[in-house]
Amino acid sequence: MIFARALGDALHKLLETDERVVVMGEDIADPYGGAFKVTRGLTTAFPDRVRTTPVSESALTGLSAGLALRGFRPILEIMFGDFVTLCFDQVANHISKYQAMYNDRATCPVIIRTPSGGGRGYGPTHSQSLEKHFLGVPHLRVVAASVYHDPLATFQDFLSHDSPVLYIEHKLLYPQHVHTDDEPQTGELMLSSSGSNGDLPTVSLSAVPREDCTATVFAYGYQALAAAKVIEHLAVEEEIFVELLVPAQISPIDFGPLEESVHVTGSLVTVEEGPGGWSWGTQVAEHISRTLFGKLRRPVNVLASERTIIPSARDLENEMLVNPAKIEKAIREAAS
Amino acid sequence: MNRSATTPIAKDPRLFGNADEPRDQLFYRKMFFIRRFEESLLQLFDEGVLNGTTHCCIGQEANCVAIAEQLNENDHVFSNHRCHGHYLACTGDALGLLTEIMGKETGICGGKGGSQHICSEQFKSNGILGGTVPAAAGIAMAEQLKKSDNLSVLFVGDGALGEGIVYETLNLASLWKLPLFIVCEDNGWSQSTPQRLNMAGDIKPRFEAFGVPVCEIDSKDVVEIEKLAASEITAARETMGPRLLLIHTYRLCHHSKNDDSRPAEEVEEHRKTEPLIVHGARLDDSVRSQIENDVNEALAEVIEHARILP
Repeated sequence: MIFARALGDALHKLLETDERVVVMGEDIADPYGGAFKVTRGLTTAFPDRVRTTPVSESALTGLSAGLALRGFRPILEIMFGDFVTLCFDQVANHISKYQAMYNDRATCPVIIRTPSGGGRGYGPTHSQSLEKHFLGVPHLRVVAASVYHDPLATFQDFLSHDSPVLYIEHKLLYPQHVHTDDEPQTGELMLSSSGSNGDLPTVSLSAVPREDCTATVFAYGYQALAAAKVIEHLAVEEEIFVELLVPAQISPIDFGPLEESVHVTGSLVTVEEGPGGWSWGTQVAEHISRTLFGKLRRPVNVLASERTIIPSARDLENEMLVNPAKIEKAIREAAS
Repeated sequence: MNRSATTPIAKDPRLFGNADEPRDQLFYRKMFFIRRFEESLLQLFDEGVLNGTTHCCIGQEANCVAIAEQLNENDHVFSNHRCHGHYLACTGDALGLLTEIMGKETGICGGKGGSQHICSEQFKSNGILGGTVPAAAGIAMAEQLKKSDNLSVLFVGDGALGEGIVYETLNLASLWKLPLFIVCEDNGWSQSTPQRLNMAGDIKPRFEAFGVPVCEIDSKDVVEIEKLAASEITAARETMGPRLLLIHTYRLCHHSKNDDSRPAEEVEEHRKTEPLIVHGARLDDSVRSQIENDVNEALAEVIEHARILP
């Protein structure tokens, strides 16, 4: 099943089985069903608890906070990830603070989900990956969708915890096939899952056992899929073997699976689509450099997009964003 | 890091009255209690017992006492940085609030929230102006989804009306007919800035533009305000849509601490019509003195108790 449908079905199932769930977002009413159609059918099936909204991201985020403080489980769709800046005050100064500053006398489990990322030619304000600005906000979980994580299981995890969540959905994932647990292989790559107790799993992909890999690649979202294709190609064509690790939760990071891998491979590349610097990868590099200093053959390579706007023109956008050619170059260096 | 917050809320009748007390006396008692509580806070700051900052509502006590009188136990109140009066009028929990502001683990939020981040089952406050407005609307939506007849009550000041999120929320609350009862305490000053320097037009039409009914009063008289609150809150329960009660009032104290640059003569003029003067004149001197003695005695005990609590 493709990711967009699997996610839509997951939301439907949650609404059906949990009366606390409320879904809101701009333009989600049928027959349109949302800008990316994830929510299609939901306003018809659950007219009370699924609402199409005015163009008011800030207030909707705050409204979700109030619902969550009173025991509901709001899931708010922000139509484009670029618009999450409008939610930032509510996330940083309200939603993520309540439980801690009220000393556990209240919880505020708001879930915000948002289509992000480039590759569609939407230009500087409809293509960004702005999640790095939310990484490290205390008490907030930032989670990235991937084709290796079942959306229903992921959302069930959200509902079983009290933390607020920002869930990033790269737009290019929507038409992609989602791997299920009974598919242990994708092409030439074997899949396995690991994670510290209670955390969302980190998925490992490699053509050969870890002991035969000479580098680890740590990537999330659509870039994990892009990296997997590069890694498969290098394995098949040139017998360059590296291990790909794909976390669901990107902040806070469960470093256990990554440390275990890098301990063996001795080399690390991180891949993210946001602009470089002050980023997810730099935080990972800081941690791994500190914890595995003596085990690294070379410095951690943090791969990200250029620090500028995302151009609309196809060739300029491709050049600016992180892309398979850049990933391949980084992996070749890291694996050597 | 996890501090226990199990302080029981004791409603001392000397501070909070009881069901038999004549309303005139009860109103005076509650207003005087809130006044003396905050004056005590300022003294404790001078003593060096308190950390950080605080925002008192001295001069505005009639508003919270009048509104709280009309609320049910299941209504929820969302307040702002100037929240002590709102909290005390709703709960009477002097010890929980004082220990919280003193940073003690026995405080209502274990000392983590302090003066402007207060939480109980039916009460919340946060110090970010305007950002509380959609949260209160969300609580109203929760009541709507539960099909209850409870209100979500929100206290905001005129200064918060500079925030854009307020107007996004008014649109949503009116569009979805959320049972949000807004009390705007317009004291004419945003910290040190007079309203003429930061607000264009008037407050009332800002709400009316979204179809939110507005009732306006310029008064510091708890009896007048309570009468209006009674009819407005009744109307809110009947319509279960958003409403605004706009109260033009005046803050006699500084914004937080030692930051008052308003003209002294303006403040002095308002002292003549402040809530305790206006309403106190309705009571016999002996009755008023007895109430004041009760409150002073009970508060002194609260303060001494708070000092020894962990």
